[in-house]
Amino acid sequence: MNNKLFGKTTVLISALSAILIIAALIYILLEIYLGGRSVLSWEFITSEPKEGMTAGGIFPAIVGTVLLVLIMSLACVPIGTITAIYLNEYASKKSIFTRMIRFAVNTLSGVPAIVFGLFGLGFFIQFIGNGMDKAFYNSELHWAQPNILWASLTMAFLTIPVVIVSVEESLKTVPDDLRAASLSLGATKWQTIRKVIIPNSVSGILTGSILAIGRGAGEVAPILFTGAAYFLPYTPTQLTDQFMNLGYHIYVMATQSTDVEATKGIQYATAFILLACTFFLSFIAIIIRYRFRKKINI
Amino acid sequence: MNANSKIKVENLNFFYGPKKALNNVSIIIPDKKVTALIGPSGCGKSTFLRTLNRMNDLITSTNIDGKVLIDDVNIYEKNIDIVELRKKVGMIFQKSNPFPKSIYENVAYGPRINGIKSKNQLDEIVEQSLIRSALWSEVKDDLNKSGLSLSGGQQQRLCIARALAVDPEIILMDEPASALDPISTTKIEDLIFELKNNYTIIIVTHNMQQAARVSDNTAFFYMGDLIEYTSTQKMFTNPELQQTEDYIRGRFG
Repeated sequence: MNNKLFGKTTVLISALSAILIIAALIYILLEIYLGGRSVLSWEFITSEPKEGMTAGGIFPAIVGTVLLVLIMSLACVPIGTITAIYLNEYASKKSIFTRMIRFAVNTLSGVPAIVFGLFGLGFFIQFIGNGMDKAFYNSELHWAQPNILWASLTMAFLTIPVVIVSVEESLKTVPDDLRAASLSLGATKWQTIRKVIIPNSVSGILTGSILAIGRGAGEVAPILFTGAAYFLPYTPTQLTDQFMNLGYHIYVMATQSTDVEATKGIQYATAFILLACTFFLSFIAIIIRYRFRKKINI
Repeated sequence: MNANSKIKVENLNFFYGPKKALNNVSIIIPDKKVTALIGPSGCGKSTFLRTLNRMNDLITSTNIDGKVLIDDVNIYEKNIDIVELRKKVGMIFQKSNPFPKSIYENVAYGPRINGIKSKNQLDEIVEQSLIRSALWSEVKDDLNKSGLSLSGGQQQRLCIARALAVDPEIILMDEPASALDPISTTKIEDLIFELKNNYTIIIVTHNMQQAARVSDNTAFFYMGDLIEYTSTQKMFTNPELQQTEDYIRGRFG
């Protein structure tokens, strides 16, 4: 009798927690949507900010955010995937080197975002950017300043651990039987990885990308010093350009605006678009993952 | 026992870390015959099987000494190409392990990694391999279906077809029928009987009747030692040693 009661209580508590989370999410979405509803329009999405950002749209910020996330993904997905493959397929589990990499990955994922921002400023802009300018441009200023490339790479550092962890998890689910089968047919280790292991873990790689995209689109601190612009009426056309960013735009309007009250609707609407962008980018990855799963037909 | 020898093993010792798994095993395995390895669990027969295509290399902290000569070449020499070795010595595992790919792609996997690209050639190899593994008539209209959609017995025959597709000379089978129902088992055994015309087959089995039915010679392993090795007929009617007889009669093991 006691056991039964306990069972029922457990179910009740888990159901309540689930409902609480969903309710919170719905509340946030509704609040954002209702707050921004009056501002949201096609024009808001497609035009640049006007009148000290108290009017107009957020087009440059949308483009900037999407570009940031795309360049970041180009950097963090391959590097994260290759690292995970190395850790899971090649490295001996007990070697000092492997343990060092794992320790680094775990530490990296615990570092506060603002520290990445400072790191990006010091490493990419002042060290690499400066070095490039000295070497190729006769010290003329090209790369030693914030731009979208440095911002994306800084953000990539933040998201690499996310990719590594989820790819590695999916590599672990590939049965050893399949590795043995491939090797016993005379495949080399690399052929086995390319033809058996990677196709079986595509869904993990894409899950990693989805998580990385979500993280990268929302973080502001890493790009504060490395590329995000306060206001830029045009969209970036080359890697040395600065860019506007949705998250940063919200921060700017909430804290730096001449007329915070007037920007309230815009802030809500911008937050809404940021969520929509993240969802859209993740949705693309989810579709690709779905098609791969169907093709592999497990 | 006087047929041409294919594999000659001389004084083979094998260690998992400090634990000795094979103790000074020497054996000559004839060409195009079926050799059964029997013995209780943990006796070293599977370990021995895996030394023949160096699948034990995948396990860390193992050690080996002695010689394994296949066609008079020691496969543990330094300059041996393991990839070539494994093409020559195919392997069928206890649990069928088709790739999560189509039936066609499963069989074409080996030829493809060997660089065969021509569609006609691949079609031919796939068909021939499936015919030889006695699966063709059951799957010829569903070559694009996933290998995993087949029944357990069919999956195992698919794995055999996959192994045949790289044109091996020796096929190692590690309890290939232990997870199958009696009808599927019979099919696999019939297949082994067919295959020995063209291949040297070494099969590990726990099933005495199976060893008696399919093999020409039988080797009895116990605690890492090769206890007795003789023709199957003699082994199962009049073994040399009491220990062998006890095991075969089911008195221990």
